[in-house]
Amino acid sequence: MRDPIATAVMANPVRSAFGPGRDGQVVVNIGPSHPATHGTIQVIAALDGEKVTRVDVHCGYLHRGFEKECESHTWTNVIPYVDRLNYCSGLINNFAYCEAVEALLDIQITPRCRYLRTLLSEYSRVADHLTCVAASLMELGAMTAFLYLVMIRDYIYEHLADLTGARVTYTYGRIGGLAHDLPDGWLPRLEEILAQYEVFVGRIHGLMDRNRIFIDRTRNVGVLSTAEAINWGFTGPILRSTGAPRDLRKDVPYLAYAELDFEVPVGINGDNYDRYYVRMCEMDESVHMIRQLVDMLPAGPINVDDRRCVLPEKRLVYTEIESLINHFKLIMDGPQVPAGEVYSAQEAPNGELGFYIISTGGGQPYKLHVRAPSFVHMGGLRRLLEGYQLADIIPTFGSVNMIGGECDR
Amino acid sequence: MLTAALEAMRERLRGGIGEVALVRGMLVLDVEPAVLLRTVGDLKAEHGFDLLLDITAIDWPGRTPRFDVVYHLYSTRHFLRIRLKVRVPESDPTVDSLATLFGAARFHERECHDMYGIVFRGNSDLRPILLYEGFDGHPLRKDYAKQDEQPLVRYRR
Repeated sequence: MRDPIATAVMANPVRSAFGPGRDGQVVVNIGPSHPATHGTIQVIAALDGEKVTRVDVHCGYLHRGFEKECESHTWTNVIPYVDRLNYCSGLINNFAYCEAVEALLDIQITPRCRYLRTLLSEYSRVADHLTCVAASLMELGAMTAFLYLVMIRDYIYEHLADLTGARVTYTYGRIGGLAHDLPDGWLPRLEEILAQYEVFVGRIHGLMDRNRIFIDRTRNVGVLSTAEAINWGFTGPILRSTGAPRDLRKDVPYLAYAELDFEVPVGINGDNYDRYYVRMCEMDESVHMIRQLVDMLPAGPINVDDRRCVLPEKRLVYTEIESLINHFKLIMDGPQVPAGEVYSAQEAPNGELGFYIISTGGGQPYKLHVRAPSFVHMGGLRRLLEGYQLADIIPTFGSVNMIGGECDR
Repeated sequence: MLTAALEAMRERLRGGIGEVALVRGMLVLDVEPAVLLRTVGDLKAEHGFDLLLDITAIDWPGRTPRFDVVYHLYSTRHFLRIRLKVRVPESDPTVDSLATLFGAARFHERECHDMYGIVFRGNSDLRPILLYEGFDGHPLRKDYAKQDEQPLVRYRR
């Protein structure tokens, strides 16, 4: 009998859209085993000299059946999985997922939870943008800039570890609230880190903004117009870098964004430089929002008082039978979410992060689909690469901030 | 504010596109496969739904027709979302591709083809995108067991 694996080993997992041309056109393969492609993206490029004429982008090397897996876990047990979508800003994934399930349950979260989620979303956005800017500068050889930015990011990660117990995969959101309230001394430390952020991001502006080498490598490289960006589904900083001030936090305000004072920074040209600069300005806006939120943060409970989804107090679980059963049913069967469907989206650091969820009633999702910005951006990446130099592939790819976890799911 | 805008758009669509429902802050419309391309073209050209957010499918085994193909569109002018649903049978799970209207449709349709086996007529590139060449079956169909493995290399002994 034929051994299926033996034949499969011979086959290439990827079929390129084109081969070497007749007129001496060279085809090169970049990734997935390349540090700049995160080990998950494969770019097959046809070259005319140093110029890229055609590109075929492949993803899927990090596909782990996220959506299939979610269909056999309780609504609560999905939360650790969504951390691993965009692992640079896991909290935003947590909150976006919880918001979608809360919409199905028809729950209004408490005021303190709403402000805390907004604050932590903006804090995560800073960490995510720091990662992206640091990595894309390092890929152009700016090692100092990388170390400055990653140092601040690490302060943030350590600070979030104080809050959640984990550096990257937080699992801090809960359906109907949050895992627990802020620990003592968390907010004073927050202000210390924001002050450090300002010092070091100021240095990055000084190092990069008018740096001749940086401008030569990024200005007019990977140019995108607004119309093209929308046609290819680009959202987030990439769409804004083309000059369109489209931001869900302003356009369809959710959480506490309607009460905050902030600007939507936009670019002029839609090139690599603008993507860098938009991200830098967005971080400043986020810090501005965090400071407002610290002042606005109300007292009160962080979880809704709803026995359908929030665990009863431990003291009661140990002392009365109703709470014990409630606890048991929530853990074993999961929250019973009424039948229905919802698409709920938030402005993640990379763009529109949407959760499309179908419930048929019961403790597990019937279907859970993620509209991941990185996946859509990989579909349009060839528009940014074609027509430019081979050496521009890495910086342009870096400026898109592809996150393998959410791209491949 | 959002509700008023949704109602206004709903009124506007009633003339040309048809009766649109309002579910959890989103317009929802069931579309016949034959008129999908025309409907989406109208929504894009006449009503400002210019951003294709997402394409996916839902598997309802035991129902005929078995699949729903689901489209989400967003208007960057009106800040509204609309969901379109097309029912397709298991025997011929084919719908028209939106690749002529939206560049973004290419990748979405490839993924949906991977996961559910929906065929998008007019999309010339339905190669596997999250899966790999030679993968047998469509993993998000309900009859594909979660533990079915198709490794490309042997597990180490």
